[in-house]
Amino acid sequence: MKLSLKNIHLPLERFPLDLDVEMEGEVIAIFGPSGSGKTSVLDLIAGLRKPQSAFIQIDGLVLADTRAGHSLPPQQRGIGYVPQDGALFPHLSVLANLTYGSRRANGSSIFSMEHVVDILEISHLLKSGVRKISGGEKQRVALARALLSQPRLLLLDEPLASLDANLKSKGLDLLQRIRAEFSTPMLYVSHLPEEIMAICDYMIVLESGRVIRRGHPRDLFTTRNVPVLELK
Amino acid sequence: MEHENWQIIYFTLGVSVLSTLLILPAGVALAWLLARPRWMGKSLVETLVALPLVIPPVATGLILLKLLGRRGLLGSFIEKTFGVEIVFTWRAVVIAIGVMSFPLLVRTSRVAFEGVNPRLEEIARTLGAGEARIFFTVTLPLAARGIIAGTILAFARALGEFGATIMVAGNIPGRTSTIALSIYQFVQLSQDSAAFKLLGVSVMMAFGAVWISEFVLRRRSSVR
Repeated sequence: MKLSLKNIHLPLERFPLDLDVEMEGEVIAIFGPSGSGKTSVLDLIAGLRKPQSAFIQIDGLVLADTRAGHSLPPQQRGIGYVPQDGALFPHLSVLANLTYGSRRANGSSIFSMEHVVDILEISHLLKSGVRKISGGEKQRVALARALLSQPRLLLLDEPLASLDANLKSKGLDLLQRIRAEFSTPMLYVSHLPEEIMAICDYMIVLESGRVIRRGHPRDLFTTRNVPVLELK
Repeated sequence: MEHENWQIIYFTLGVSVLSTLLILPAGVALAWLLARPRWMGKSLVETLVALPLVIPPVATGLILLKLLGRRGLLGSFIEKTFGVEIVFTWRAVVIAIGVMSFPLLVRTSRVAFEGVNPRLEEIARTLGAGEARIFFTVTLPLAARGIIAGTILAFARALGEFGATIMVAGNIPGRTSTIALSIYQFVQLSQDSAAFKLLGVSVMMAFGAVWISEFVLRRRSSVR
């Protein structure tokens, strides 16, 4: 996947988000401390925030170009978004959550309900209410819901942040499996180097709304002096 | 209880149910709009909606009388177009109690809409849902308990409305007499026993409605 975020200007509470970056990779990480603007980047790509200026392109498809007065609505961007808390619809069952976005899907067998719930190990939860499942299960359901809409890009906002160490390692295995199985490009927000090094092949480092480093995660964390400890 | 009193109770219940049903769609739509982020004229609409809560009910009644009377802006139009008279009929009662209970429905429903996490609506958008589908499948169900509580409160307010009703509908036995108007009339005629019977019914209905409303709201907060 080739993702261009050019001429981006989005005023945030403490600083503006100013980006001018091109990224290439199947799983791209956005790394940075809390409040550096990581979630705002995802919101911008999903079409949930209105920037003052922006040119956003994924593999040749222009999602937004403010200079040309063009901006695809979120419904037409084909983005699967998994926010930090999962944002499952609390009044619906797990199954109803999963099928909510599948109208957009074209029925490919890889993205069939059986296959996705099997890979994410949530088939036993389908009839449950969302309020009755655990945090880790919620994350897996949210991931499955996003996958079932067959997105051209998955946005994952610290999907493992709320899990304990044991579940985190299981979650990483799962993400690697999803990457191998579905070949869906991902943009992965995290502030944990070990997560990023495990599954990402490109990363940008964000600080106060600006990109301060970019490149291969292992390269950046080992040789380019990314301030990991401070960022934690 | 006398037949006349039962007739008053049935009439009050009937006009209260009808007025609540009539204001429900507009009230919910307006509450949803007011729960949205800033838009032009929002403060003006908010103030207008709250007015019946703060100005004397008889003043609201007077405004309605001038608007809906035969020579009034709306009244003359309705009479010419539909051949229907409004003031001093049961229709005037429905309109008066609807106007007076409308702010309660809007305010309670607005709080319910504001309690819906906007992130859920945003995620629904990324999943391809249009605004109408989001409203009916996400926003409305999540705000439903608050809207139900608001509807019950509006109904309770309608049951006891006095000032605006007497101005615009008068107190015509068998035509526009509600429980509140009849209690007033019975006291004026020193028929305290009849007044107290209706008072008891009025208190029971209001108590029941407010209790159900509180129950619905409590359940709403406990499931979140």
